[in-house]
Amino acid sequence: MKRPSTSSRDNTSRISRRAMVLGGIQGLVIGTLAWRMRDLQVNQSSEYRLLSDENRIRDRLLLPERGLIFDRNGQPLAENLPNYRIVMIREQAGDVRTVLAQLARIIELPVERREDIIRSMRRFGPSKKVPIIEHLSWEDFARVSANAPALPGIITEVGLNRYYPMQEDYSHVIGYVGPVSEADLNRFEDPDQIILSPGFQIGKTGLERHKGALLRGVAGIQRVEVNAVGRVMRELGRNDSLKGTDLQLTLDHDLQHYAQYRLAGESAAAVVMDVNSGDVRAMASTPGFDPNQFIYGITTKYWNSLIENEYRPLADKTISGAYPPGSTVKMITALAALEEGVVDPNEEIMCRGYVEVGNRRFHCWKRGGHGRMNLTDGLKNSCDVYYYEICQRIGIEKMALMARRFGFGAKPPLPLPSLTSGLAPNKQWKFDRYNEEWRIGDTLNAAIGQGFVLASPMQLAVMTARLASGRAVQPRIIQRINGVAEPLARAPSMQLSDKNLDLVKLGMFRVSNENRGTAYKSRINEPSLAMAGKTGTAQVKGISAEERAADLDSDEVPWKYRDHALFVGFAPYDNPRFAISVVIEHGISGSGAAAPVARDIMLRALYGTQPPISAYPRNLWPQMREQQANEPPPNQNIQPATPGSDRA
Amino acid sequence: MSFLDPTLNQTPRGWRKVFYINWPLVLLIIAVACFGFLMLYSVAGGDISRWAQPQITRFSVGMVIMFMVAFTPISFWRQVSLLAYFGGLVLLLIVLFFGSVGMGAQRWIDLKFIQLQPSELMKIALVMALALYYDWLPPEKVSHFGFVLIPLAMISLPAMMVVVQPDLGTAILLVASGGVVMFLAGVSYWYFIAAISAVVGAVTAVFMSRGASWQLLNNYQYKRIDVFLDPSLDPLGDGYHITQSKIALGSGGLSGRGFMQGPQSQLSFLPEKQTDFIFTTLAEEFGYIGSTFLLILYTLIMIFAISAAMKNKSRFGALLIGGIAATFFFYFALNMAMVMGLAPVVGVPLPLVSYGGSAMLVLLGGFGLIQSAHVHRPK
Repeated sequence: MKRPSTSSRDNTSRISRRAMVLGGIQGLVIGTLAWRMRDLQVNQSSEYRLLSDENRIRDRLLLPERGLIFDRNGQPLAENLPNYRIVMIREQAGDVRTVLAQLARIIELPVERREDIIRSMRRFGPSKKVPIIEHLSWEDFARVSANAPALPGIITEVGLNRYYPMQEDYSHVIGYVGPVSEADLNRFEDPDQIILSPGFQIGKTGLERHKGALLRGVAGIQRVEVNAVGRVMRELGRNDSLKGTDLQLTLDHDLQHYAQYRLAGESAAAVVMDVNSGDVRAMASTPGFDPNQFIYGITTKYWNSLIENEYRPLADKTISGAYPPGSTVKMITALAALEEGVVDPNEEIMCRGYVEVGNRRFHCWKRGGHGRMNLTDGLKNSCDVYYYEICQRIGIEKMALMARRFGFGAKPPLPLPSLTSGLAPNKQWKFDRYNEEWRIGDTLNAAIGQGFVLASPMQLAVMTARLASGRAVQPRIIQRINGVAEPLARAPSMQLSDKNLDLVKLGMFRVSNENRGTAYKSRINEPSLAMAGKTGTAQVKGISAEERAADLDSDEVPWKYRDHALFVGFAPYDNPRFAISVVIEHGISGSGAAAPVARDIMLRALYGTQPPISAYPRNLWPQMREQQANEPPPNQNIQPATPGSDRA
Repeated sequence: MSFLDPTLNQTPRGWRKVFYINWPLVLLIIAVACFGFLMLYSVAGGDISRWAQPQITRFSVGMVIMFMVAFTPISFWRQVSLLAYFGGLVLLLIVLFFGSVGMGAQRWIDLKFIQLQPSELMKIALVMALALYYDWLPPEKVSHFGFVLIPLAMISLPAMMVVVQPDLGTAILLVASGGVVMFLAGVSYWYFIAAISAVVGAVTAVFMSRGASWQLLNNYQYKRIDVFLDPSLDPLGDGYHITQSKIALGSGGLSGRGFMQGPQSQLSFLPEKQTDFIFTTLAEEFGYIGSTFLLILYTLIMIFAISAAMKNKSRFGALLIGGIAATFFFYFALNMAMVMGLAPVVGVPLPLVSYGGSAMLVLLGGFGLIQSAHVHRPK
């Protein structure tokens, strides 16, 4: 393009003419803008100033209602109740101290409490609403509301608060909610705005924590016009909050409550499970605690009483307690031997009360010995010597593999915190852990559930359910989410020979239903509901030769050195429905302490209500009549006492 | 090389070009930009590093670019006009297929050191190409139908590519500034009357068709129009923006609420307060006096630019100056009309004031072209 620019007088003048026209049009537009500006900023200024000053638009977070939790029959276990509270907006209060002092003249508010409030308010911005007093009585609430004009920055409002009507019964499974702490915030990479909003209560333990994301719901936004003092003039629009998800548990409140009641006074745990579906019907851990105490702001006294208690009320023993399973593990040893083909079920092994392996003497629990025992005799009498003998034929690796197939050494897939995986030891494990060689004595101990072997009551219940059903059932505690049933697939087969399983189950039947079986005294006397079980008594501490010689009476041993009492069982024997495990810490004897409790809970599960007296052996009738008469009425939906000012 | 073009021999060479720069225009630009820095400092709540500091840096870079462009002979820019136009088209194609999505639209090419927005470049390139076209076309032929179709195609091609991004605001700017170049070039008034009648007819048809069997737009699009006409219908969406921005403007009053004292701006009621809606902050804090002052500065820029165009005897130079000045005009006029509720919210920044790099650099480059045409104008 080498052509020079066109440039002529005519052309320039034409462009100039057009430019003039264009400039004129642009001038008109600018004039319109200026006129509009004047109209808005001068003529209508006072109206807009009013709008700006008096009708400020605010976005308010609408906190969703927390999802409810029900038992399998729709009984509410966690609900939301109205909570009368006082909130404060620092920037409107002026001097916070003065306002609190005025407030203290209306309601009881000690000086140290006021200092706490001032400290806690620092965490929130000056324009944020911070709850300063929760759970007011209606009288106090009304009094403060009436005096609100004299209290700048103080607003009374009604919120929703968590309430656990069943109190101690679900303290571990459901857990509790409480104010958000720094530690809670650190758990979230990007905390939801709900969590950051003042007054939000976050799940601290149990399902409340583990299913917190589902339960808490989704916050909504309300856009409102407020006047200069913050009063809402009108709502401009809203996105409603989305209520948290409701959970329906597999737990049966009647059974859970009964189990808690039956274990009361002991440091103990019990789990009842459907052997086919894995649905946990009850998981009781005693002592419990009142989760409501945590929501209301726990008192130092109550807190100390919980952490100083030797029975550890805060621990969920069903899933976090790892106990030596004692003789309850013998079914696994027996099955391992049968599956490996190293023992004939009819082969009789002689029990003289001890065996000598290497240079050590391993004792049977029965000093005098059991005499000649076959496989089911060994289970019925819980003969240790029988297992000392067959375990040497199997070897620890095969035993560990079998234990793992029954759920040992792995955390059960439950949405709960602090699950223990228990322990199914083998040579490699011991080497990794202690850098020591495996010894034959370790195998002998493992065969009778002592030494390194550990399992939680939940794992013992899973083991029993798998024995009873022959299927690899997994426990579950959530049945429905927002009314939609959780899918439940039929558990895969354990791939064990039916003959071997039947033999072990027969052994368990003989434990509970034959004279001199270790749990015969705690049998179910109704043939169609007969229970098959296994007792276990686990040493907490190795018995020294002197102690054996002294043969101390158990009652004289300090509580924490007494043996744990265990029982596992399933019923009905012919058509198994429920598996149960009971562990009573330091309960001395499985047959004496754990088996009767297991029988009572199992009967409750089978009948769904108080069982008829005929279900018990005749010799126990007078005792059972008394026990049943003393049973308190079921714990149903206790309404909270009006929270008074006695709370610190 | 047209550096040796005889007509250019009389134009200044080397450093002496400095004396031929249109200095009032430069000073006006700096004044407007300083207004912008103040407002960015204010909307950040007194934090200079948030928006003001990067904006000052960008403006300085932009000024350097402006002078570099200004010192380069206009004949060079004339030579690269077509290249710029087709390069712009290619970039628009690239952005359509590979661009990053930001704010719900595909507009950016991420070059790591800068986010290139080809539609911004296109605003200048289109004006350059059209000026070149009319420079080449003998003036007596400008109103021939065939020669009107060519520039129409040149305008609508990039405009359509921008509309699908979707960026309606930029598309309108492209069409409008292209139309201005055609207008300045002397295309017959009848074409413009016909075009305006067509637009009015189309708008009428759109309204008439509502609810009829031949409805032209979707219902949600009608809803948007309703909200534009009556913002209170949708106080949470677009209407919310307009309502809030009108409250901010109106409550500023004659003298404003004072620097950094505007409750609407400071309390974050305003959307996009550092970009498209920054004028509301200015109007709220400096009142009618402040906003009129800015409008006067803009008007002065227009007056100096248009008179520069009228003084320029080169057809290319005059059209280029006029076209770029018109682009600048549409920027501020559309933006102000939008925040005052006179035009729908289309997303056009306030030139030299709103926070943002791409638009500012391109605008300053455009002013560089104006200066180049002015410095190197034939005597």
